Amino acid sequence: MLKKSTSKRLVDYLSYILLILTGIVVILPFVWMILSSFKTAGEIWTFPPVFMPKKFQWSNYVEAWKALPFDRFFINSLLVTIFVTVGQLFTCSLGGYAFARLRFPGKDKLFLMYLATMMIPFPVLMIPLFIIMQSFGWIDTLKSIIVPGLFSAWGTFLMRQFMMGIPRTLEDAAKIDGCSYWRLYWKIIVPLCKPVFATLGIFTFMGTWNQFFWPLIMINTISNKTLPLGLVMFQTRIAAETPWHLIMAASCATVLPIIILFIIGQKYYVKGIVTSGLKG
Amino acid sequence: MKLMHFRLKNVQKEKIAGYGFLSPNLIGFIIFSLIPIIASIFLTFSRWNLASSPEFVGLQNFSNLLKDELFWRYLWNTFYYAIGTIPLTVILAFFLAYLLNRKIRGVVFFRTLYFLPSVTLLVAIAIVWSWLYNADFGLFNFFLGKLGITGPRWLQSKTWAMPAIIIMGIWKGVGYSMLIFLAGLQTIPEQYYEAAEIDGANWWHRIIHITIPLISPTTFFVIVTTTIGSIQGFDQFYIMTRGGPSGATTTLVYYIFQNAFEWFKMGYAATVAMMLFVIVLALTLLQWRLSNKWVFDMGVN
Repeated sequence: MLKKSTSKRLVDYLSYILLILTGIVVILPFVWMILSSFKTAGEIWTFPPVFMPKKFQWSNYVEAWKALPFDRFFINSLLVTIFVTVGQLFTCSLGGYAFARLRFPGKDKLFLMYLATMMIPFPVLMIPLFIIMQSFGWIDTLKSIIVPGLFSAWGTFLMRQFMMGIPRTLEDAAKIDGCSYWRLYWKIIVPLCKPVFATLGIFTFMGTWNQFFWPLIMINTISNKTLPLGLVMFQTRIAAETPWHLIMAASCATVLPIIILFIIGQKYYVKGIVTSGLKG
Repeated sequence: MKLMHFRLKNVQKEKIAGYGFLSPNLIGFIIFSLIPIIASIFLTFSRWNLASSPEFVGLQNFSNLLKDELFWRYLWNTFYYAIGTIPLTVILAFFLAYLLNRKIRGVVFFRTLYFLPSVTLLVAIAIVWSWLYNADFGLFNFFLGKLGITGPRWLQSKTWAMPAIIIMGIWKGVGYSMLIFLAGLQTIPEQYYEAAEIDGANWWHRIIHITIPLISPTTFFVIVTTTIGSIQGFDQFYIMTRGGPSGATTTLVYYIFQNAFEWFKMGYAATVAMMLFVIVLALTLLQWRLSNKWVFDMGVN
């Protein structure tokens, strides 16, 4: 290896300075959120603002949790997210397999239709979806958020793209041995597809956990609300003086699981963005 | 003969398996995508408040739309948000990706850091930023005060509410675009830079003559996808301003929401939604045309 020249090293230092400055701007709102979540109401309502709370008020978290039924919101969010994620992995991998490997009439047309729907904005779908939910009698239930989430054209597309890249040799050998399609899928394809399962799983988990618009339309009863709806309720319900310290505590608690998941699974997350980004 | 029979049987089996594997997915697709799409086309020709049965009104909704001043105003707001967000997001994202692409230490750390706003739920972010923008106690006006500027009333101000949401949008969106740029930058062969360096090109020349031209398909992709994303924004507008003050931050999607779920004008809401679809469709087609051209260029090289 050649030693880096001085000018190159200078550019390196400059890059670091820029990267760190940007990093500070990016992280500041998060830091502010965390610090505010530990302040007293008095420390919140002062100007100029106090940066560090005198004493970390851990009790804010307990208080926020009790102010609204956050345990209920948490369970609801978890239920919805798990059902949707598992369901989507299942339906999308099956569909992806059919599109990638099996020959059946109308396949290309169907696939094209899937692709076409991927670009339809949600607001176009939401009005008829609302009416469908109403006719099912599912308004104001968790079903109305879970069931439409169980399939995804994008997820199917992602699965298909990945499966197309798997060499057929293994399957061909198994096929000669008289292996059924289900066994081919389950014993050969699924184990080879672990990375794309991870990618779609993380995407779906995060997307569903963060989902706000559709639940806002569907859910009214407090006991059926998910965490994002709960957070917004916090902001609007308590009228006189917004308890920002409690809202920040609740926000931190809602954001934390997602950030942890992202940091653990970021390799797969990044891969999902890049593949769907550059090929899509 | 036997082989032929075997083949036929297999083809039949494969067909059944194909539909079988696809069916859970396809049922969802039909009920939750296909039917709503068709239904929403029908809705645009009807008047319906959910209480009574829908009434066919022909092109009434479209002619109302053309005359609807609010629609044009909110269409403008939608573009204002997009035009405000995108250029800065793209430029910042490009430079960050460029810096990160110089094989320096800590790339993964910075990449993760910049990407955090993109994965964090918008609801929480919008709430935190509402607090940052608080006119009397917020951090923004505190910093501005330090610079000797009296900060505006941000989210309560007709002039400043939209820029405030735009600034947050840039902060949230940079990470995603940066990732795409980073992937794009990695496809540029190292030899190009080496050759340019031998020819005595400095870093600025290299950016202008190698990086920017070669990355242009990525840039274009980023611009189109972020535009499509930003004109569909809802959460931040709902949480930070409820479309106010007096409609200053009402976008098309918010207007659709109001028409459908506050005023129960389902037909009209569907018509506005259809306009949104037309815009997205135009952008997507543009993207396809130009990306095909790009594939061709790459093929020649």
